Amino acid sequence: MKDSSSSISQKLDALYEFDRERVHENSLHGVGKFLGVYAGEHIAGTEYVIGPLFVAHGVTAGDFFLGLLLGNMLAVLSWAFVTAPIAVRTRLTLYWHLRKIAGPKLTALYSIVNAVMFCFLAGSMISVSATAIGLPFNMTMPTLSDVYPNSIVWVVVVLLVGSAVTVLAILGFEKISKFSSIASPWMILVFIAGAIAVLPTLGVKSVGDLWNVANEKIWTGIPFEGQTKFTFWHVLFFSWFCNLAMHLGMADMSLLRFAKKWQYGFASAAGMFLGHFVAWLSSSVLCAAAARSVAPGPIAYMGAGIAGAVSVVIAGWTTANPTLYRAGLAFQVATPDWKRWKVTLVAGIVTTLAAVFPALMMKLLDFVALYGLLLMPMGAVIVADYWLLPRLGLKSQYAESRSIGFSWPALIAWLGTLVAAFALPYEIFFIALPGWFIAVILFVVLSAIQQKRSLIPSEGSPS
Amino acid sequence: MKTILNIGAALGLILTIVPSVLVATGELQWQTHANLMTAGMILWFVAMTLQSRKRTER
Repeated sequence: MKDSSSSISQKLDALYEFDRERVHENSLHGVGKFLGVYAGEHIAGTEYVIGPLFVAHGVTAGDFFLGLLLGNMLAVLSWAFVTAPIAVRTRLTLYWHLRKIAGPKLTALYSIVNAVMFCFLAGSMISVSATAIGLPFNMTMPTLSDVYPNSIVWVVVVLLVGSAVTVLAILGFEKISKFSSIASPWMILVFIAGAIAVLPTLGVKSVGDLWNVANEKIWTGIPFEGQTKFTFWHVLFFSWFCNLAMHLGMADMSLLRFAKKWQYGFASAAGMFLGHFVAWLSSSVLCAAAARSVAPGPIAYMGAGIAGAVSVVIAGWTTANPTLYRAGLAFQVATPDWKRWKVTLVAGIVTTLAAVFPALMMKLLDFVALYGLLLMPMGAVIVADYWLLPRLGLKSQYAESRSIGFSWPALIAWLGTLVAAFALPYEIFFIALPGWFIAVILFVVLSAIQQKRSLIPSEGSPS
Repeated sequence: MKTILNIGAALGLILTIVPSVLVATGELQWQTHANLMTAGMILWFVAMTLQSRKRTER
């Protein structure tokens, strides 16, 4: 009888079977497809929380705009120069490429960690939707310092939203994905319209007032009570790394492998600037107009009325659903005899219970930073394996060539990076960058040690 | 039919964004803007859903 880790990796292989092959030339997409996907993916319910959290942390207007501009540019460059070149050369998903480097068992472990993080991410989106559903019931909204549920109505609303999201994820998320693509152009306009409509409330009478109001009433530079002060560097690193798992963590290999050219990585600018930049800016303005409330439902209603509240529900729901579906898919490997619906149901219950705690939404910046950090080292391993090992005379994709199930250099690079990063005397927003280099160095050194006895001549640099 | 749905969708987006500008310039009450945004939302989703269904049928 095979051990349980073998069984898990075989299950994962079966689930991703249809992705095993390299993408065929006929299946490649033009740049328009990527512009649309990135613009749609980065207008989520959580955007309604991130802008207000920057305001709550006392960011100044100058730091906000400059930090977002540079941070988003660095994110786009990461997609274009790190993720896309490997994606279009290998044309494989992250799962199948990592499997060659880290081995099937370690890749299975990585997938499960990913699934747990997906559950918490979906949970924060359910919390966001609940703040809008609760509006007609005069629900007491959670505040920045709330860790536990503040009322029974909150608990009931979250359970209802979570149940609905779970049932829809069980029924299949294809139709919801289609609905999500329909909603995206409308949603970004709701963000913009809401922010424009509240400008008179903030004292804007002409375009000339905008900068003064931005400094004096929106991004005042003074943190809310009990909140730490954020600087330009916080904004820059957060906006760069809030999708860390996707770019430097290489998860978007699965998307960009369909790109005709690596330059399509620049299409991520649609998500970073049309999505993040505009949405965070708009939700910051709404937060200031709503007397510095950070609950997404009320602030969206204040700017756009019923349409605003509906947009919060849709934004949270359409992003929570595929996230929960993917979590269920990944968890299924650990429960071999369970049907997909049963696994998704369990993932949904975990997600909904997590969503009951408003801390998940109110500490979203920290959670997003942690999510990226946990998955990033494997991205660094992929980069080191692809570009550095052949140039150093070492063998790429060593685990596959030697049928190794659990690559210890990759495991130590992953865990060692996390230990080293958390030992650094910096806030969580700043440790991912040194962490990426630590992961690269660890993997290269450990691979050299692993391969020392059986050095295989390099077959030349990658094409 | 396709043209009507396209016009409906475009009108939906116009009703979503334009009233907010009029509120900012003081030419429209907030409540009217909110009502127009709701109308725009309904128009957009009805038009786009029908368009999507037609595309699937084809």
